[in-house]
Amino acid sequence: MAFTNEQLERYSRHIILKEVGAKGQKKLSQAKVLIIGAGGLGAPAALYLAAAGVGTIGIVDADEVDLSNLQRQVIHSTADIGKPKVQSAKETMEAINPDVTVNTYHTFVTSGNVLDLIKDYDFILDGTDNFPAKFLINDACVMAKKPFSHAGIIRFKGQLMTYVPGQGPCYRCVFKNPPPKDAVPTCKQAGVIGAMGGVIGSLQAMEAVKYIVGAGDLLTGYLLTFDALKMEWHKVKLPSDTSKCAVCGDHPTITELVDYEQAECDMKK
Amino acid sequence: MKITVAGKIKEYDDGITVAKLVELENVETPEYVTVTINDEFVESHDFENTTVKDGDTVEFLYFMGGGQA
Repeated sequence: MAFTNEQLERYSRHIILKEVGAKGQKKLSQAKVLIIGAGGLGAPAALYLAAAGVGTIGIVDADEVDLSNLQRQVIHSTADIGKPKVQSAKETMEAINPDVTVNTYHTFVTSGNVLDLIKDYDFILDGTDNFPAKFLINDACVMAKKPFSHAGIIRFKGQLMTYVPGQGPCYRCVFKNPPPKDAVPTCKQAGVIGAMGGVIGSLQAMEAVKYIVGAGDLLTGYLLTFDALKMEWHKVKLPSDTSKCAVCGDHPTITELVDYEQAECDMKK
Repeated sequence: MKITVAGKIKEYDDGITVAKLVELENVETPEYVTVTINDEFVESHDFENTTVKDGDTVEFLYFMGGGQA
């Protein structure tokens, strides 16, 4: 596929980068990225991936746009309230970049559908708000050998890590099992500063783009944390021995996907 | 002794346990924190009987949900 003059202009700031170039831009146009959760993290990630010219972007979310979402979920507008988030996100992404094909999945991720959802995609972004979904996405990506970006945000803090099969620990290596329902505060309970989704969600998009074009070092084997009140970043090296992990280890004890009890941020008022 | 906790050099008494350090560092939801010392996991049931040594690097990793709704 050759670029049109319009595409060459649209992606000129990418193409001029030696780490991307026309070759990298072509890889982006052929890439398929799945974003699970079109909220605080998924919204900015989806905007940047669409703008970047990622050829196919899937979005999974069961919710409708709510007024309380708009403080941070910048892909949705006031006029979108009540609309499925996946539909609102698709419209915004297509308006930014008509080159992009957006596939929408108006559903929750479950043990029954997650493998089917991720199977056609090259890279997965976890932008979900609850631990059952985070563990489910991790386990599914490990089992299906898919790379993915984990992220979480709360109050003025955020974190992310990248899993690439065979290249470092998975989310379960670090966090073992979901905490009991309500044991760890959620955004709904504790709040989150709107721009945090922009900071961390953009970094998830950054990891996806780097993975696709093969630029630089990914956050494999590291957890990057950000404290906005102190304006401090901390890159934590994770243990490299993954042999004992229940899902990605040498003798996995988790060989089937588990639906843990839901304790998400988005329980309605 | 000097140890590095979450990227910062701190002074603590010799022989401090991980459990005590978790307490003194005001770790939020201490039952659910993941601890590493020198890039190795410390299992939560070992917090009481694992001591931190001079020069060790200790990290606290927290559950962070949030992001979608």
